[in-house]
Amino acid sequence: MSKLYVARNPRVAARSLDGEMMIMSGRDSTLFTLNKTATILWQAADGATPLDEIVEHKICPEFDVEPAEALKDAETLARELASHEILQVSEQPIAPRNAASGESR
Amino acid sequence: MPELTAAVERRSLVIEVGGVPVRVNTTDPRFLVMLQNRYAGFLSDSGQPDIEFDVTLAPPISANPEAEVQVTQRQGRWCLTRGDFGAEWEPATRRGWIRQSPNPYSLDSVLRIVHTLVLARQGGFLMHSASAIRNGKAFLFAGVSGAGKTTISRLAPSDATLLTDEISYVRKQGGGYVAFGTPFTGELAKVGENVSAPVATLYLLAQGPENRIDPVPDGEAARSLLANVLFFAEDEALVQSTFHSAFEFVSRVPVSRLTFVPDARVWELIR
Repeated sequence: MSKLYVARNPRVAARSLDGEMMIMSGRDSTLFTLNKTATILWQAADGATPLDEIVEHKICPEFDVEPAEALKDAETLARELASHEILQVSEQPIAPRNAASGESR
Repeated sequence: MPELTAAVERRSLVIEVGGVPVRVNTTDPRFLVMLQNRYAGFLSDSGQPDIEFDVTLAPPISANPEAEVQVTQRQGRWCLTRGDFGAEWEPATRRGWIRQSPNPYSLDSVLRIVHTLVLARQGGFLMHSASAIRNGKAFLFAGVSGAGKTTISRLAPSDATLLTDEISYVRKQGGGYVAFGTPFTGELAKVGENVSAPVATLYLLAQGPENRIDPVPDGEAARSLLANVLFFAEDEALVQSTFHSAFEFVSRVPVSRLTFVPDARVWELIR
């Protein structure tokens, strides 16, 4: 099974406040508020760490969930966030120049 | 030999909102009078406008007069279009043009858009909210349509100065924010006073069985503010700038929920 890599889209604005991660699309100014799982995924999405490692090291310790099930849910979540152009998803590592830092300011 | 052509006299006025003078040039004297009446409290004699528009009066440019507004930037020029107008503005030269039919509403929309672009570069914004000054302090009242912006404006006591019942003008100044009056009206159709004051509080409006003020967590405050900030441009840099300005605002200005019964006693809480 191929690895999946996720990276923050550099074309969005992001801020964390009171534990809430808020992201605004630079394209159409739609505002998204991420839940806890999506926030962990967003913060760990460096383009270099495979999704299964993010799930194992960042998501599973936070939730009482089977790794296989968590990975499946994380893939679904990553693709949903990608459909909103919040994350980039690729089967290859994503170069840093195309990935945003954790918060855009 | 007689002149075969005559120079067309250009007429101008300067509309100053939020301390930003915008000169509007037209060759049509009736249109000029229309604008003088529309922006009566906001006319300025500034000889050095920040922005200058040449207005050409013409039939609607779009085949669809209901077409929604589009604001895009290309090679340093902003292009503004809607069913009833087309306009361009180049910040580097401070000049632009507007092509519209002879009505005051198209220019009003162009001004709103241009002010959002100007403010975004300076950490400010326009937002859907009523605002008023009382005791030297400005209070903003934000909410979706029907939340009570018009009602709270209508209930304002005589010692409160209404800045707007619809679109608040917020500029960053020093370590705080200042709200300015605007000619941009809502249901009350009452032009705001052309004055300004430091913003003391942003109230998120809700109607309920009693008058009360409750604190709002920062995250909710930022989310509510962003929901009410005017975004026109499909421009990533501008969206990012305004997004961060909203967070900066809630870190410096108290945000509370104002639940109110629609009667004048609510203003006893706003001082």
